[in-house]
Amino acid sequence: MADVPVLRLDGVHKAFNLGQPNQIEVLHGIDLTLARGEFCALMGPSGSGKSTLLNLIGLLDRPTGGRLYINGADTTMLDDAALTQLRGRTIGFVFQYHHLIAAFSAIENVMMPSLLARGRPDAAMRARAGELLDRVGLAPQRDQAVMSLSGGQQQRVAVARALAMRPALILADEPTGNLDTKSADDVFALMREVNRSDGTTFLVVTHDPRLGARCDRTVRVVDGVLDEGAD
Amino acid sequence: MRDWLPFEWIAATRFLREGRAQSLFIVAGVAIGVAVIVFMSALLSGLQMNLVRRTLSAQAHITLLPPDEVARPLRGATAAASGSAPDAAPTAGSDNAATPAGLDAAPERELALVQRPLQRVRSIDQWRKLRAQLQALPGVALATPVAAGSAFASRGDASRAVQLSGVEPETYFSVVAIPEKLVAGSARLDSQHIIIGTELANDLGVRVGDKLRISAANGNAMTLTLGGLVDLGSKQANQRNAYVLLASAQSLLKLVGGASSLELNVDDIYAADRIARDIAARSGLKADSWISTNAQFFSALKAQTISNTVIRLFVALSVAFGIASVLVVSVVQRSKEIGILRAMGASRGQVLRVFLLQGALLGFSGSVVGSAIGAGALMLWHQFARNADGTPIFALAIDPPLFISAAVLATLVGVAAATTPALRAARLDPVQAIRG
Repeated sequence: MADVPVLRLDGVHKAFNLGQPNQIEVLHGIDLTLARGEFCALMGPSGSGKSTLLNLIGLLDRPTGGRLYINGADTTMLDDAALTQLRGRTIGFVFQYHHLIAAFSAIENVMMPSLLARGRPDAAMRARAGELLDRVGLAPQRDQAVMSLSGGQQQRVAVARALAMRPALILADEPTGNLDTKSADDVFALMREVNRSDGTTFLVVTHDPRLGARCDRTVRVVDGVLDEGAD
Repeated sequence: MRDWLPFEWIAATRFLREGRAQSLFIVAGVAIGVAVIVFMSALLSGLQMNLVRRTLSAQAHITLLPPDEVARPLRGATAAASGSAPDAAPTAGSDNAATPAGLDAAPERELALVQRPLQRVRSIDQWRKLRAQLQALPGVALATPVAAGSAFASRGDASRAVQLSGVEPETYFSVVAIPEKLVAGSARLDSQHIIIGTELANDLGVRVGDKLRISAANGNAMTLTLGGLVDLGSKQANQRNAYVLLASAQSLLKLVGGASSLELNVDDIYAADRIARDIAARSGLKADSWISTNAQFFSALKAQTISNTVIRLFVALSVAFGIASVLVVSVVQRSKEIGILRAMGASRGQVLRVFLLQGALLGFSGSVVGSAIGAGALMLWHQFARNADGTPIFALAIDPPLFISAAVLATLVGVAAATTPALRAARLDPVQAIRG
């Protein structure tokens, strides 16, 4: 199992408006492999196709060409329901804006992925969410409404939520882009700590070269093509 | 977040609670609709029940009469049969119509004038046996024999034509509640006593205890003591009706041992028509249900029911549109959250159910509040709408099935209204939804 990459992209293409006059290809054959435990930065100017690539990897969208393997399994043939299930169990998301659900408290937001997978809450789920909040340093705020937390706290809740299902891969889309330097450092440090202790693979989209430099590896998307290595 | 609740319930209630103002407004809207429906339906069914009860208090649900006597022209039938044979003969192999055979066969025509026979007072054939059979029929509550015919009631020089009914008090009184309509005397009927309408007593100047002479058209006569006065609810009825024991009427009307009609009460008064037709087909008797004898009244009732249904339908529609519009707005407002939930592994089905459930919850809670408002309004109405003498106009009919059906209906309407927004939510593309 250890030698099977968490993620493998094999000549992935993505075009929009297929078959219409305004058809446009955004990704032109991306090859990318992420090994277990890697902490990889994904950089590139805006409009380069970073977000599109991240959506494909997050199984939120389908490639129009090539293959995408998660834990060695080909996902291109899966139907919608199977993709949803696979996404829920193996991939965690941290978005630029925390994207917590306002109607729920901090701990309930952290429980959400498990709740969706299992259908109804249980004690184990609650205990796990409590541990995760403790780990991101928010045990005292566990029952607070998420909108009453600070930006940095909200993003830490989002990290805890991404960890709820013990995913193999966490995709972070500019997780610190909206935070002040101190909070950004905290959140980044938290993700690195999770990466080291749990062996969770991270793919982090960032504009911040300072953060990029603190990752194990950096890949760049320029005009829909992947460019490995430092800038 | 309780442990036994599934995700859909938790999310639906949280979303409704978060959009508090919207939820409250639409619950209020649903409640008003349900209150109108509950109030109107209860009022109308109370009114109808009252009207029907008044109508049926003086008549049986079904009246069985012997079939009309008809006269059949028997000779005409034989002439037609013999006349058809020669008609066919000339066409066989002959092109000349003026043959002697053809002349001979010129059919003899006969004009028959069939007079409708007189309808005598007759007894139903073997009514005792029939009565036992009728009472065994499902849906039939009671059958009672009546020997009815015209007679004169006279006292001194005054005499009045009356409709004399010979009845079996113990069963007939549950069809026409004579004891309840009694205004003077006693409702006990025996071979010495007669009960008559109040107007008739006025016309003849008799009081309870006075003697009355009853004579039938056939010459039979009998002197009876006035036992009681009844008010049957209409002047005509009070002027004409007189009740005696079955045996007395039988001997007066020369119907020894007979009954001119059988009066039936059924369990479901609205099934009377169907049961009457069924009995008529089985027995060959004439069966008139209260529905056919009160056709106009009944069609008025029906029109009322239909207009009530139409109003209900439109109220339900406006409730449905209200719920749908609130949920459409809610789906638009929450599209980002829906996208996030989908990214975290929520299936389309889960998202669909969250919104269907919101529709159901809005419909249900609106119906609970609305039922309470409707019931309150009914009680108020009952309190203030009174007859001149202070008695309620009619009994208040607050029956649980009305509220249960209102709740079920409102919940279903909520689910139906939520279908479009819920499908829209379920079909959201998570990528676009999250991007906003």
